[in-house]
This record gives sequence, C-alpha cells and structure tokens, in this order.
Amino acid sequence: MRKTSLNCLYELAIKDERVLFIGSDLGYGVLDEMKKTLPERFFMEGVSEQHIIGMAAGLAMEGFFPFVNTIATFITRRCFEQVAMDLCLHDLPVRLIANGGGLVYAPLGPTHLATEDLAILRTLPNMTVVVPCDAEEMKRLMAETLDYPHPIYIRLAKGGDKVVSLEENGFTLGKAIMMKRPEKGLFVTTGIMTQLALQACEILKEENLKCGVLHMHTIKPLDHEALQLWLPQVQGVVSVEEHTRIGGLGSALLEFCSDEMPDQLVKIRRIGLPDRFADQYGSQNSLLKHLGISVENLAKTMRHLLKK
Amino acid sequence: MLDERSKFLRKLVLEMVEVDGRGHIGPALSLIEILRVLYDSFLRFRPDQPEWSKRDRLILSKGHGCLALYALLADKGFFERSELKRFCLPESILGGHPERNKVPGVEASTGALGHGFAIGVGMALASKIRKQSHRIVVVTGDGEINEGSIWESAMSASKHQLNNLSIFIDYNKLQSYGPVEEVLGLEPLVDKWQSFGFEVQEVDGHDTKDLHDLIVKLPFHSVRPSTIICHTIKGKGLPFAENNPEWHHKSGLKAKEIKAMYDCLEY
Repeated sequence: MRKTSLNCLYELAIKDERVLFIGSDLGYGVLDEMKKTLPERFFMEGVSEQHIIGMAAGLAMEGFFPFVNTIATFITRRCFEQVAMDLCLHDLPVRLIANGGGLVYAPLGPTHLATEDLAILRTLPNMTVVVPCDAEEMKRLMAETLDYPHPIYIRLAKGGDKVVSLEENGFTLGKAIMMKRPEKGLFVTTGIMTQLALQACEILKEENLKCGVLHMHTIKPLDHEALQLWLPQVQGVVSVEEHTRIGGLGSALLEFCSDEMPDQLVKIRRIGLPDRFADQYGSQNSLLKHLGISVENLAKTMRHLLKK
Repeated sequence: MLDERSKFLRKLVLEMVEVDGRGHIGPALSLIEILRVLYDSFLRFRPDQPEWSKRDRLILSKGHGCLALYALLADKGFFERSELKRFCLPESILGGHPERNKVPGVEASTGALGHGFAIGVGMALASKIRKQSHRIVVVTGDGEINEGSIWESAMSASKHQLNNLSIFIDYNKLQSYGPVEEVLGLEPLVDKWQSFGFEVQEVDGHDTKDLHDLIVKLPFHSVRPSTIICHTIKGKGLPFAENNPEWHHKSGLKAKEIKAMYDCLEY
C-alpha cells in the first residue's frame, strides 16, 4: 500500500508541478526515480518531524501540495502541535502519509505502534482522516487528494492486504462505501478491518445471520448520511477498528448517534484495542488476535448482539 | 535616547494596551526598532495588496511580540489605525497572538513557539524552486530558541543553502521566568549559529542606524542563510519595565499605570 501510494504521488508530481514530496529518514532508495527526475520537488529532511511539518506548511502557503511521509507514530505524536497549528489552524493542503498504521510494526514494539493516531487527529478542526483498506483503494484515494483544499491524514496498512475494494464503488472523501448489504447486522469498519468483517459475514451467513459491511474509509468527516440510512435498517451494529477503543471510529459512531439518533445507541457494540500498551511482539495478525481482534471475535460479538 | 518615530510606534503599542489593560509589553518593546528598520528600509510590500506574490515575507515567530508588529502594520496602512483600539476585543482582528487569516500583512499564525522558522524555511524553499527573488525574514525571541524545532530548521536551512532566509533574534536576555542565562543559557550564541552553517552578525537592536547599515547588506553570504543577533532591552522605553521580568506580560493595568507609561514617551 505504501509503495502504491508513493508511486501514485510520483505520477501526480509528474502531472502537476505543485506536488512535492518530503520524507524524514525513510528506507534506502525510496522514490529514487522521483529524486532523479524531479530533484527540486524531492526532499529527504532527516529525523526532524517538527521541522518537516512546519516546512510543509510554508511550502503549502506558497501554493504547493506537499506530501509528507514517515512512520505513523512519528508523524502524529512527535509533531502534534505542528500538525495542529501549522497545518490545521492555517487549513493547508498538506498530505500526511503515515506508514504502519495500527499494529503493522508489531515486532518493533509499542514505540512503533500507531494505536491512537485516529483519535488525536480526529480532534483537530480542518483535518480529514482516511484509512483505506487496500492498495487499489489507495490509488483511487490519491487521485482524489489533488485539489482537496484541507490537510489529510492517510493511514497506511501493511501492504499486500487482500484487495476487496471495487472500482465500480468509486471513492469520494467523506463518503462511506457499502461493501456488503446487510439484513440483520452491520459491521462498520475502517482500514483492513473491512476484510476481517467480510470474512466474519461468511461465518455468520452459515448460521443464517445475514450481515453487511459499511466501509468507513474516512473517519473524519464521518458520513452521517450513510449512518442515517443504514443503521435503522438493521438489528445490530458492530464497529471494528485497529485502534484504541478510545476516540476512534467507534467513538465517532457513538458520538453521532448520541447527538442525532439516540434510539440506535442500544444496538451498537465496539471492537477495538484495549486501553493498554501492547505487551507482545509477533506479527500484526498474532498481536491483533492477542488483543481481541479476530474474525472469530467479530462473528461472536455480532452473534451475541443479534441473539440477545 | 529614542527618537520621535520610535516613541510614536511605542505610543501605538500603548493604544492597544490601554484597551483592556493587558498585553505582552516587554517582549514587544524590545522588538520595535528591529521591525521598524525592516519595514522602513528593507522589506518590499504593498499594504493595499497584502498577498502580492513578489512581497518579502516577514514571520514574527515570537508571536507574543505582536503588539509591535500590529503597530508597524497599522502605521504602514495594512489596516485602519482605529483597529488598534479594539485589541483583544471579541470581534477584533487583533488578538494576543497574530493570525494569518485575520490580519492583513501577517504571514503566519504564531504564538506556540518554535514554529515560524520552519514555515520560513518552507517559504524560502518555495521561492528557490520557482526562482523568485523575494526574501524571507523570521524574527524569533531568545527564549524561543530553547525549542529543539528551531535547530532542526537551522540544519535544514543550511543544507538547502537558503541565502534568501534571515533569522533575527531579539536577544533581550529575559524570558518569562527570568534571565535567559539562568533558565536555559544560549551562549556561545554566535558560535552556535556559525556551527549550524549561518553567516552571523551582531547588532544593537535599538540603534536604528546600525540596524539599517547591517540589514541593507543582506544576504551576508552567497549560499549561507543569515543570522542577526539583536542585543535588545526588554521593555525598552519604559524605565520601570526595562529588564524587569514582571513586565513580560501584564493584565489588569490601571489608568494610573497607563498614564505613567504614556508619560515616559512624553505623550
């Protein structure tokens, strides 16, 4: 997904001279082709995230569309004030491409896990927060970013994730995608949790519990229309996110329902990471399971909710 | 001794302070001559066209010094002088820290320290990429350069050979809590900036002739960015406020105290 996003960025840069790239201290050879062909718009600035965000803001004030890329934790925690003041207060079209969202860097431990990024960025006025589910959706997202006049945080998954998005569904920032129409239960998902939820639907179908998946690639702005349309049509709703249960997709869903559709609240359950730092290494999948996010647990939670 | 123009600009500062008896007075008064010479003798701008693409960009990174910036911008005609008398009122464009999208002539919203220099690096790079000739000036405080972000930006400015970028440091030797050298000392400051790849000059930040003679020499080097360390006095012009940390920020000033301030300027 990361490779796809950077390739798309390079293509955008070829087409549009406002597009430029700023990395921190990324892997050897990243975007070498762009460095060779468009050196004046390729920057590798070192381990200096606070500076990078401010520099991107200055370039954006002058009409450029900077794409900033580094590890998700470092582009959110370390330079949060710069993101808030330099990008969001000025409402500038800077794109933050965040590698390793959620538990991707499981073997590297809690210093490298981005498990509260959606929560903290969602609180910032003018910020748009996006979590695509696969590389194909990433391509469609990147094409959408060019003339979007606000800052965007784009959380990347590991890469090589099963492609489930469909071209015919298109992609519009802030518009959820109905991946599988529901009858009894609806999973509201983001990122690669969409793939997990689609698998959980297969298990539940065997039990005659026909469930659907609403893919919320954009956490902010949240697609209120989609929620207003679909929630009343089902008996149970389970949100799923690779993120702390505090402040992310599930919280956004509850906040909206509390304000606008309080009668729906009783049918909602949330699956996300517990409020503690990861205490194991292993792989993204093994750590997800260890922390309670698995196809089986999704199916179990929905089953329990629908049979209540 | 302050000349009439320096006194007049300070009077404009007092017009703002008087509105609600508040403001970062000391940090503004150390800045007046730096901004005065920059706006009077160096920067190219069009007050009736604040977004003119060829303008020089000045970022007041020490946003709490905005009383001085507002005085200069009003004096130059970026907005009506009457706006000064609405400082910090709910509907005013002039708040306790300057905002880009509210105040004509303000290039960046600052107040959180250590942000303006990085933004200035971005603007200077943009100018280089497009082969433009305008210049970028960033004004920081001395306490402000405690921030690590300043030194990240310094490395970057040097790496990119941004000779179109100048950083002015208002070195008034006092930060909010007390003397800079006690809170987090900066010396040897000239050596520090030189070692980061800047061409460095020092000047008396209240001597308008020396400031002028130095500023017109910018850029100091064909590839290096420039640092101008301005030795200043916090609260300059008000004897009871000079070098007095209690005057970093004041609120609840009474009419009698405001009058005493005007008296110092002979207004």
